[in-house]
Amino acid sequence: MSHEHRLRLKTLIMVLLMVVCANTGDLMLKRGMSQIGEVTISFSGLLQALVSTIHNGTIWIGILFLIGFTLSYMTAVSWADYSYVMPAGAFGYAIQTTLAVVVLHEVVTPRRWIGVAMICVGVLLVGQTKPNTTDPNSGLGSDQVSP
Amino acid sequence: MIRIIPMLIFFICSSTGGEIAMTYGMKRVGEPESFRPMALLRFLGKAMTNGRVWLALPLLAASFYSLLILLSWAPISLVIPASASNYVVGTLGAKYLLKEDVTAKRWMGVLLVCAGVVLVLITG
Repeated sequence: MSHEHRLRLKTLIMVLLMVVCANTGDLMLKRGMSQIGEVTISFSGLLQALVSTIHNGTIWIGILFLIGFTLSYMTAVSWADYSYVMPAGAFGYAIQTTLAVVVLHEVVTPRRWIGVAMICVGVLLVGQTKPNTTDPNSGLGSDQVSP
Repeated sequence: MIRIIPMLIFFICSSTGGEIAMTYGMKRVGEPESFRPMALLRFLGKAMTNGRVWLALPLLAASFYSLLILLSWAPISLVIPASASNYVVGTLGAKYLLKEDVTAKRWMGVLLVCAGVVLVLITG
């Protein structure tokens, strides 16, 4: 296997890992919060929700998956171009919505699907621009990277 | 929807504020000398002496907590796509706080994200 093929294969594996970790993490957070119930906005309500989330195993599994996402993302961009890795972040919104329908049986209207598609294209456009536009020696400035 | 939109605004502002403060702080801290454990510990220690990093940490914690509150109130198919508004506030912060150049293509992407988020929210 050539060096380029190996690079493509390990990037693909890392991007798949990113997508699985990010989407599973968010799904676990949703499942955990559904177990806890609606949070009420009052001092006691917020405190109770904080204690409940700390004691909820599903939330911790979600956090572990999100840590996995961060690590796989950092690993992927350490050798691959940001513009190559980034579309996974854009399509994550569509994958998450699909998982919400399939796993959580949420109802998604056609109008919301159109909104999700517009978000994916928008995020893709944002990611295709130059990742650094300022002088790195100025002490400020490369673009922030959002998953 | 009355309670979701203010919480979404809080989530977006705290996460973007946290990311911008972290970016600003880490640019001052600089890169780690190497990825050896001791060098990483020194790097972490240096980061912990930066005021902007300390400003970023509670903001990022607040953003995570507000995301959990949003997930307890609304379907995930609404919350996660709506959280893409981060790109809008992030781009404004990058332009005006971090003085980055924002190209026409990026503004177009941001406008599309805005329109998509509005569509997602009005179906909620």
